[in-house]
Amino acid sequence: MIASGPIPVRIHEIEQLSPTLKRFAFAPLHGGALPTPSAGAHVLVTLRHEGRVMKNAYSLVSPPESRERYEIIVRHVAQSRGGSRFLHQSVARGDVIEIGVPGNLFPLASKARKHLLIAGGIGITPLLSYVPALKARGARFELHQLCTADEAPVFEKLLAPHAAGEDIFIHGNGRAAFDLAGILARQPLGTHVYTCGPRALMDAVITSAAALGWPAGKIHRESFGDASGGLPFKAVLAKSGIEVQVADNQTLLEALEAQGIAAPCLCRGGACGECKLEVLDGEVEHRDDFLSAAEKASQKFIMPCVSRARTAQVVLDF
Amino acid sequence: MTLQFKPNETFRRDFTYRNSSAAILHFPFPFPEDQYMYSVNIEPHVKGGASPAYDHVFDVDEHYVAECRERAQVLAEDPKRCQVLPHMMAAQWDTLELLMENLAADYPAHFSLTKAGDLWTWINRPLGLHQSFTFGKAETLPCPPFEYITRQAQGDFTLQDQREDNLYVDGGMVTTQADWSFEFDIGMSFHEWHGPVPLAHEKGVFDRALKYLLRLQYGAPVRRLNWTMTINPRLDTSPENYPVWGPDKASVTPENVGQKVHLRVELQTLYRLPRSNAILFGIRCYLASLEEVARVPKWGKRLHRVLRDLHPDIEAYKGLPRFRQMAVDYLAPLDDGAELSKGIQSELTAL
Repeated sequence: MIASGPIPVRIHEIEQLSPTLKRFAFAPLHGGALPTPSAGAHVLVTLRHEGRVMKNAYSLVSPPESRERYEIIVRHVAQSRGGSRFLHQSVARGDVIEIGVPGNLFPLASKARKHLLIAGGIGITPLLSYVPALKARGARFELHQLCTADEAPVFEKLLAPHAAGEDIFIHGNGRAAFDLAGILARQPLGTHVYTCGPRALMDAVITSAAALGWPAGKIHRESFGDASGGLPFKAVLAKSGIEVQVADNQTLLEALEAQGIAAPCLCRGGACGECKLEVLDGEVEHRDDFLSAAEKASQKFIMPCVSRARTAQVVLDF
Repeated sequence: MTLQFKPNETFRRDFTYRNSSAAILHFPFPFPEDQYMYSVNIEPHVKGGASPAYDHVFDVDEHYVAECRERAQVLAEDPKRCQVLPHMMAAQWDTLELLMENLAADYPAHFSLTKAGDLWTWINRPLGLHQSFTFGKAETLPCPPFEYITRQAQGDFTLQDQREDNLYVDGGMVTTQADWSFEFDIGMSFHEWHGPVPLAHEKGVFDRALKYLLRLQYGAPVRRLNWTMTINPRLDTSPENYPVWGPDKASVTPENVGQKVHLRVELQTLYRLPRSNAILFGIRCYLASLEEVARVPKWGKRLHRVLRDLHPDIEAYKGLPRFRQMAVDYLAPLDDGAELSKGIQSELTAL
């Protein structure tokens, strides 16, 4: 699958799973098949509401074979930045929204002899795509889901299609009753552990596993990656006097290109060095792998394809 | 687009491989500037661009049928050119899906893929193949899925597993390689298999390239060009067969250098695969003799300058010392010293 740009999808189905959980199914707007998703993948969902544009990452809960539909589960949280509230209250069946191509920063390890999956609450979502993939591979796994007592039936129902004959455990009695260290200690060599959920749970899994001598490469936590955007800023091009506004969801390189300025570039990922520009004034937040530590500290250069200004304005020798 | 295949071309013994005028313009000339040095020259693999070789996800040209036959011959002599480690099964199916879907979409006159759920039917008209199989069930294909589909593609392919913030070359179909051994490299990490390359380690090229590739996104493949030189249009220049092709280097004379010495270009593409999270690395080899390259005036002049001023370590690594000077002397009279445009485009519409 070679993709370009966002994918328009129609809300095919909305299912209320609990007072705060809804499952959304997306179907491709123009028919055909969606990109093959991977176990553990997420999509960026673009939400437009009252003049605001939000991009939220949600794990796909549908299995990798499902290219007619993608499914996500969203919890309505009280302190929502707006995304979950919008999805819960304003999105209806038949609405059209945009999603990105699935990305995966939480993939299954191909060489694991056993997979230990530990989730808290809605952190179950990536594991819902793991389980059918693991079963299809004939891989050995053990799943622990921590949740509140009143939500236990919801997660039991979600896992039920996969549960027969498997080591799937739902813990509705809180963290105190969950013997994390004991579970980690009794795993066979070659096991990989994956965790997703509240930060405190993920930290506990990582610290306990490390304390028990698990190699770092066998401990995995859910991540949607670093945000590519940041605060908006202004770039002043000293040679031409042109001023370019860089929006929060745009790179400096993209902003230059949007103005019709032919800026040098090649890899667009902070590795090749082609787009390097000299900085005359302003402070840079470096996000590239090209400049040396000394060059970064000097604040004399910027890689516009990934890096941003830390100050409201940056002046470039360009 | 309908291609005129040349099924009887050979890449060994009598070497009847030649490029048509259209194929010469299709050649991905690798030098955007008059000097060459290692760099992370990676860019998004989007359709279109400076070379017609970029117009399709997987490029198929007039040599397709002959190259597939050459691959089958190499595999018959040395089956270990295709190996995939057991944990890469998902990556095998990912590769088959990626190649079949893109070949069918890009070349509908030559390939077609129809699906009824898991039951897929694949038609490869140039090779006369018609195969129905169940996706995910290896026993429904005549050979494992990675081997099945890469026997039907031009260029080598390797599979990289991503783990512990590194890439491991854990599978491959390698029959058209520029003097590297897949049997020796299989299972190695990124820096291990790049170990022999001079100068680039010190420049940090591999550290940066690895970081970039670890972040490679599904649906957003990238590409780069690499090059070397080969005597005769021989695809299989493997270390295993060095006794067969090594002596060719001594056969170059000032009289035959234009026909014998070939610029060998690899269009390297990298794809994040969905199910496995592995990376598929395509190494598509193109060969053109000096005489053929020089039919594009800009390319002949630029190749002269690059070879004339090449760093001695790179010359040695690429195995050029025996004939580089002869190639330079052949190209020198064609180079008037005129300033050449930056970039690899031929600047011709027809030859």
